[in-house]
Amino acid sequence: MNLRRDVFQAIADPTRRAILLLVASQAMTAGAIASNFDTARPTISKHLQILTECELIAQEQNGREIYYHINAKKMKEVADFIEPFRQMWDDRFNKLETIMKNYKPEK
Amino acid sequence: MERKTKVDAEDGKQELVITREFDLPLELLFKAYAEPEIVEQWMGTKVLKLENKKHGSYQFETSDAQGNVVFRSNGTIHEFTPNQKITRTFEMENTPASARFDVQLEFLEFEKLTDETSKLVMHVVYRSVALRDQMLRLPFSQGINMAHNRLQEYLNKLK
Repeated sequence: MNLRRDVFQAIADPTRRAILLLVASQAMTAGAIASNFDTARPTISKHLQILTECELIAQEQNGREIYYHINAKKMKEVADFIEPFRQMWDDRFNKLETIMKNYKPEK
Repeated sequence: MERKTKVDAEDGKQELVITREFDLPLELLFKAYAEPEIVEQWMGTKVLKLENKKHGSYQFETSDAQGNVVFRSNGTIHEFTPNQKITRTFEMENTPASARFDVQLEFLEFEKLTDETSKLVMHVVYRSVALRDQMLRLPFSQGINMAHNRLQEYLNKLK
């Protein structure tokens, strides 16, 4: 169950979603992926590491290069994920909490 | 970051449970559900009617940024016990036939944790498993941003 949550966290990040889209069309090296972003290379490496740990992408050695490709099986698993639904309620409840913290009862 | 809101939706069941702990005394949490002006603020909706009593009913109206009405929702209140429980139905109005969602049943239970904290457990029952799954995916399919939409397209192709 914990792993499932990590997958949601992995996919919740916009940069990581963009990486998933990139490698969905073709396997790419870390360098090629990084060249699509303004973000520093080590940051992209970190994102790749998280996505790999969650098995959303996988590495493949091809000669000297390591290519990243999408793990379709895992992506399918999270296809019906409920994170945006949870996020919607979380946003609503956060708002409720903020409003009520500032609430002054009318005399 | 701590995840305060939890959604439990077991596979193959036509219900789900939303749990949230608040840094608010129980009375303040309940007030946010009882007072129409406060409901409007956090739900981002206009409250046309809110009769908080047994046999009472409510009607909300949601508009977009331009002020056009997106949808109305309504329901009947079956139980209203201050600081404890609200049982009600929820139904979306004037949605196109293709997007018709049947009425759902909601049990809201409010609980005191400490003097300064409280908990809400919202148990929602749908007519079918398919309908529940559809409602769960609704915020996802609407998409939070472009990347999200494109990702959804990709995921749909995989199915």
